[in-house]
Amino acid sequence: MLLHAKSARLATWTLLAAALLLLVAAPLLVTFMAAFAGSWNGVLPAAPTLRHVAGALAADNFSSLVVSLQTAVFASLLAVLLGTWAAVCSASAAASPGLARLADAVFHLPAAVPSVVVGLGLLTAFSKPPLLLNGTVAIVVVAQSMLVLAFAYSTVSAAARGQDPMVALAAASLGASQLRVLLTVRLPLLLPAIAAAAGLAVALCMGELGATVMVYPASWRTLPVTVFALVDRGALFDAAANTLVLLAVTVAVLAVIAKCRGNSAVR
Amino acid sequence: MRTAAGPRVTPALVGSAGVGSARVTGAPKAGPASSFPHIPGSWRSWLWLAVPLLFVAVFFAYPLAQIGAQSFQDKYGAGVGLANWQYELSSAAVQKATAATLKIAALSTLGALLLGTFIALALSFVPFRGAGLVTRLIETVVSFPSFLIPLAFSILYGRTGVVNSVLGQLAPGLPALNFVNDVPGVVLAEVAFYTPFVVRPLLAVFSQLPRELLDVAGSLGSGPLAIVRTVILPAGLPALAASAGLTFLLTMNEFGIILFTGAKNVMTLPMLIYTRSIVTFDMPSAAVIACIQVALSLGVYCLYRWTYKKLSGANHAAPR
Repeated sequence: MLLHAKSARLATWTLLAAALLLLVAAPLLVTFMAAFAGSWNGVLPAAPTLRHVAGALAADNFSSLVVSLQTAVFASLLAVLLGTWAAVCSASAAASPGLARLADAVFHLPAAVPSVVVGLGLLTAFSKPPLLLNGTVAIVVVAQSMLVLAFAYSTVSAAARGQDPMVALAAASLGASQLRVLLTVRLPLLLPAIAAAAGLAVALCMGELGATVMVYPASWRTLPVTVFALVDRGALFDAAANTLVLLAVTVAVLAVIAKCRGNSAVR
Repeated sequence: MRTAAGPRVTPALVGSAGVGSARVTGAPKAGPASSFPHIPGSWRSWLWLAVPLLFVAVFFAYPLAQIGAQSFQDKYGAGVGLANWQYELSSAAVQKATAATLKIAALSTLGALLLGTFIALALSFVPFRGAGLVTRLIETVVSFPSFLIPLAFSILYGRTGVVNSVLGQLAPGLPALNFVNDVPGVVLAEVAFYTPFVVRPLLAVFSQLPRELLDVAGSLGSGPLAIVRTVILPAGLPALAASAGLTFLLTMNEFGIILFTGAKNVMTLPMLIYTRSIVTFDMPSAAVIACIQVALSLGVYCLYRWTYKKLSGANHAAPR
């Protein structure tokens, strides 16, 4: 307790409430209200309608949602698999600090480069032989998973380095092979961190725009790109409805992952 | 990104227990002689690490190298030496974009630091019922798409937005509010989006600060502001410096927010890369600008890692 005067506390809380309202609540609230607004020329929206949300769930926009969901799931799976793999390797390599430092540097690096440049690089490198990926779905998945790999790696490696090495050593001393120690001791202990990494990866992929807008083929348009096209046309209410659907689906996926995480903690 | 105080304690404790594990014997002297017995193990670790490393090499390092190569070629792949570089480096558009990128990043970082420090201080030291819920809400917002904020801004404050139409009805003569499509709008949106990145690490540090310190300082006659200045902020300095570096890096690289505000006169380097490559198909030009951007970003990134290591190391060694 830092402030003992009641007036000072009240003043702080008022400021805090104002800041949070503007930062956190207002964008969500405005998007929500706009998604259901027929028109909005006064202080409050008028003529409530389900038209925009229905539009977001119909035809083209719905297929964008499915595309986003598929891309996010595959990209996250790839990123979490590789991130966990690298994190476990670099945590086991504590005897050679050089390896751990190299892994840290390499796997954090993609997050330091702008997403637009990651997209441009993929476009430049894979529009010509030996590997032609431009115009395929794979390039979108690869772009997104490259961007979230750093987050997956850092989440899992923080947990892996915090792990008590005695547990794995005890299992090994009882005669378990390295593979068995990995599969039955170390990875299960890392499951909460892996689930957290997966949740973060899915959320980031669902909203990814910078690299996707560089590499997406016309047949594989993710929802953020669709939202951008709507904003560009000035269809703000439709954009708000699509964003709302995107958020709802993201939260649903996160809830599923959190559920898995809860179950894994019980075991 | 996250404070390493928690996980970092465990290996140290295990190490001091001094059971003859491989890591304890290998850790203290890092000479080639002491690492000799572990060569088979470490070779195997290198081999295992090769798979994820290969992925990064093929889909990150190779593409970056291709951008580098493209910056010395014309549209058809013929080498042109330094011509692209000379042209772009002397072009007013690139110079202006570089300045705009740095300016917007600096302003956004400053705003996020001020606002984030205030929010973290208020949540930690002037607690109220529901503070935990607010904290969790802030953690959720980090994973929302960044374009949510500029979208809401456009609906509220855009040229045909809510505020303008209300103002138009109240006072028809007034000129329309038009800051969303300009630098202030972009900076405000970035401050709103990146403030949680400052709040989270600060909350983690503040929660580990012993409350007795504050009570002692208070009982010795320090006012709240003095306590913040002399006790709380020094403890939060490493986290603050780290999140300043991270926020500066991320705002420098920011693309979605600026694209969504539709600001034609806010041309940052990422926007310029997008425009040159996707809109006008000028790949050599985009490649040169991308190289400039990568050099800037990596410079800031190295500075951030260095600061973070230096500060957290100093903090770690300090007597508790």
